[in-house]
Amino acid sequence: MTLTREVETHPGAASSMPVIRRSRRSWTGWGFMAPFMIVFLFVLLAPVLYSVYLSVYDTKLIGGTQFVGMDNYIRVMNDPQFWDGVVRILKFFAIQVPIMIFLALGAALAIDSARLRASGFFRIIIFMPYAVPAVVATLMWGFIFGDRFGLVANLNDFLNASIPSPLTSSLILLAIANIQVWTFTGYNMLIFYSTLRTIPEELYEAADLDGANQWWVIRSIKLPALRGSMVIALVFSVIGSFQLFNEPNVLKGLAPNSISSFFTPNMYAYNLSFSGQQYNYSATVALVMGVLTMIVAYSVQHFGTRKDER
Amino acid sequence: MFAFTAKKGRIVGAAAITALLAGTVAACGDSQDTAQTTSPADAEAALSEESSLLVWGWDPAIQPVADAFEAKYPNIDVEVVNVGTGSDHYTKVQNAITASSGAPDLAQMEYYAIPQFALSGGLADLTALGAGELESSYTPAAWNNVVVNDAIYGLPWGTGPMALFYNKAVFDEHGVEVPGTWDEYVAAAKTLHEADPDLYITNDAGDAGFATSMMWQAGGQPFQIDGTNVSVNLQDEGSMKWANTWNELVQNDLVAPISSWSDEWYQGLSNGSIASLTIGAWMAGNLESGVPDGAGDWRVAPMPVWNEGDTTTAENGGGAFSVLEQSDNKVVAQEFLEFMTASSEGQKITLDTVDGIPSTVAELSDEQWLNREWEYFGGQQVNQVLADAANNVVEGWQYLPFQVFANSVFADSVGQSYANKSDINAGLSQWQDAIVSYGEQQGFEVSAQ
Amino acid sequence: MAALSRYRKDTSVLSSVGVPKIKRSPLLFALMLFIAGYILLPLTWLVVNSTKTQKSLFSSFGLWFSGEFALFDNISKVLTYDDGVFVRWLANTALYVVVGAGGATLLAALGGYALAKFNFPGRRGVFILVLASLSIPGTALAVPTFLLFSQIGLTNTPWAVILPSLINPFGLYLIWIYASESVPTSLLEAARLDGAREFRIFFTIAFRLLTPGLITVLLFSIVATWNNYFLPLIMLSDPQWYPLTVGLNQWNAQSSTVGGEPIYNLVITGSLLAIIPIIAIFLYLQRYWQSGLVAGSVKQ
Repeated sequence: MTLTREVETHPGAASSMPVIRRSRRSWTGWGFMAPFMIVFLFVLLAPVLYSVYLSVYDTKLIGGTQFVGMDNYIRVMNDPQFWDGVVRILKFFAIQVPIMIFLALGAALAIDSARLRASGFFRIIIFMPYAVPAVVATLMWGFIFGDRFGLVANLNDFLNASIPSPLTSSLILLAIANIQVWTFTGYNMLIFYSTLRTIPEELYEAADLDGANQWWVIRSIKLPALRGSMVIALVFSVIGSFQLFNEPNVLKGLAPNSISSFFTPNMYAYNLSFSGQQYNYSATVALVMGVLTMIVAYSVQHFGTRKDER
Repeated sequence: MFAFTAKKGRIVGAAAITALLAGTVAACGDSQDTAQTTSPADAEAALSEESSLLVWGWDPAIQPVADAFEAKYPNIDVEVVNVGTGSDHYTKVQNAITASSGAPDLAQMEYYAIPQFALSGGLADLTALGAGELESSYTPAAWNNVVVNDAIYGLPWGTGPMALFYNKAVFDEHGVEVPGTWDEYVAAAKTLHEADPDLYITNDAGDAGFATSMMWQAGGQPFQIDGTNVSVNLQDEGSMKWANTWNELVQNDLVAPISSWSDEWYQGLSNGSIASLTIGAWMAGNLESGVPDGAGDWRVAPMPVWNEGDTTTAENGGGAFSVLEQSDNKVVAQEFLEFMTASSEGQKITLDTVDGIPSTVAELSDEQWLNREWEYFGGQQVNQVLADAANNVVEGWQYLPFQVFANSVFADSVGQSYANKSDINAGLSQWQDAIVSYGEQQGFEVSAQ
Repeated sequence: MAALSRYRKDTSVLSSVGVPKIKRSPLLFALMLFIAGYILLPLTWLVVNSTKTQKSLFSSFGLWFSGEFALFDNISKVLTYDDGVFVRWLANTALYVVVGAGGATLLAALGGYALAKFNFPGRRGVFILVLASLSIPGTALAVPTFLLFSQIGLTNTPWAVILPSLINPFGLYLIWIYASESVPTSLLEAARLDGAREFRIFFTIAFRLLTPGLITVLLFSIVATWNNYFLPLIMLSDPQWYPLTVGLNQWNAQSSTVGGEPIYNLVITGSLLAIIPIIAIFLYLQRYWQSGLVAGSVKQ
């Protein structure tokens, strides 16, 4: 029982947004913060502000540019294609993220435990897909998914079955979820794993002395320590899946009819801007999506840390 | 369908477009270049001065043409840069136009993209540079592609008259005759697929470029542009003729739902399970390099027609080169363009590199080219079939001034008809709605039938 | 008390790995083997197909070897195709990775450390700002960013790729967490009492304590920069500055070009070659996860 008390004072376990106690406010910190913030303002904030500016104008191929106030925002609110994408993203998030986090967590715990033979081998294998460029990943999975000449076709011939191609519109979301799980499980695993490596030895030693078993160690030491990283992983998964773009965009080449031009809000914004030259409306879609993402990401973070902060 | 009256718009249309173009030229501060026609002496003078040209394009034949041009005019330095293929390329051109800087002097432009870039003011009108005199050098179909609202926005470089490329070995094995009409084509599709369920006469997963070419051949004219007036009717006689026939093929699973250019597609072409392609003439060279396994098996026949005895065909793909409005070396750019697309020297180099179809009348009737026996096609004199096709393209076709956008949402509407095996006509109506609403948002006077 | 004892790590060499009594679990091994199989299936495709010629690529079963063994031939073609442009792309990528990922890690380390160890005005605002702008889809910001960069003449230069990759908000956040967990404030206070300057304290004490976190962030930044595709695609128009991803995609797109020669075999082999350095870097860096935690500078 003394152990759990110690874990609770572990700052990472306590909160994903650590709070400093005692120290007084001073500008010294800016000496460290400034380099990041200067580049940040230039490469991220400036384009965002520019988008805000774009979003209150409308440029037409015939007729030029005029100020339209909130018109673009009203249009987004009533745009069925936009909301169609939002709903799809929520579904995707609900399917993909739990599977990925669960796998990553399991893999991190397995590799961190001493019970796994060849853990270094597994660590690199599971991380490897993250190093594969999306274009190549889609090429590989496209081959496997193919129900004419691909692996699915070979399987169907072999088993005399008729497994439908994962590229049909009813299954495409699962196919994309699969590619994302494949790519990002290793990434999240590594975050969890490197957090596990910061757990002080004494906790394990004490648990050992108490005769605690592995499950108890996982439940009472490792999982609480991972809480902070899990919340970040979740927050960034929210952002990642809400911005889903690469995989559907590349897969569209293989399955054009299963993936619409407004499949995800981000693809919608992209197509508005690059195929339709509707920069203003595209900027508006991006900003509205950004606000939605922020709300969800913030709720996840709030929900994830609430108990301890109180 | 709702009718949209555009009478008023039609009258002001011509005036509006003149004003639009004038505005563009003035805005770019380059009016002295285009205000008067360049004389041959001006061109000579420009060519003898030291200057450089930047060319954006992805075709492998550009570099050798540029080398030849540099050899001929040692003072001109031509830099060829491949900034991407197709849509990547257009994104970069569009970005450079939007940013008002960084554009090349010349850029590759497929025909369907020309009206969009022309209307947004990115391309230079070549009339004042003397391009109009070259009209008779090109086939009418090719020339028609570069003219938008009576201005010349590029010179045709390659064309894509359609023909039927078929795998003779597969056709023979199943005793199928080469279809001369679309009715025979449907019958052949059934025979092949019934003989072997893995075998398809062709692939089609819904492709805007292919669909518009098919409507074109069937006499459809779904898009009519006059200045800023656009009228859309994707249910005119020709368009419906195609849609009804294709309904039969798609709904009975007679075409493989595989996207063109995917690796599955190449596999299908290699192993014979995609037995034919109705496609632009440039496919001859692509088959040779992309489907080496098919050597000796493939042949070329005229595109099937709607009525026995017809010889009609349409354009599919193909493109031009355009001078950009941002260029400050337009006279030399025009000379390069002429060398590349109109001179027999430039055309020869191009044909030697990519086995394409010339766009000039002279090269199309060149005996040596016409009589070439292609080993890949079993010694067939393929170019004769293709040259015939080039001379039989149905006239009067127009692309939308925002075809790039329209094509990008084709899969959202017509593609769904393919996927659900439902009526393609319904998909076409939906596509029309999307086109009309976009056109109106962009300030065009759109009328829909 | 507890807080102090947490940092006495130098007595035991490794954390849980050092506990000897635990038996290996065959069940766990089998489970992980299953996951590894899932991961390796598509990669096997890549390896197998990099040994095929363009010709046999489309006429043979994807998961088994076929035709002549063309791996070495493919590799030499990749390296020499189009005047060896692949090598140039490789060098560009290396430049972007060294400057971009190195810089991103440094900026994230400084910033994350500041957030964890200093109470400065606007500290909360920084977090909210970073999270907020991160929520705006980057692909949709591409055009505004491009227009801004072209105003100041940065497009089509390496800076257009490097500058944006210097920002790694996720890295900032990770370092923040690591720093608050593994750099004891008491240690910093002690150093300050000794008269050490802040930057000296950071580079001599905090930096070493942060090693596992820094390595993780560095690795993520390297991979992100290595695989950066969308931004260079928009920003660069001269293939001389392309990174590998954009270059390989251009090769891939060649198959859909009139007259273009499909070189899928080179795309596949090139992709395989592009992954190898990342794996090498991973193997090299992973030892720091083992030893970083026992940083000798922590004295009690």
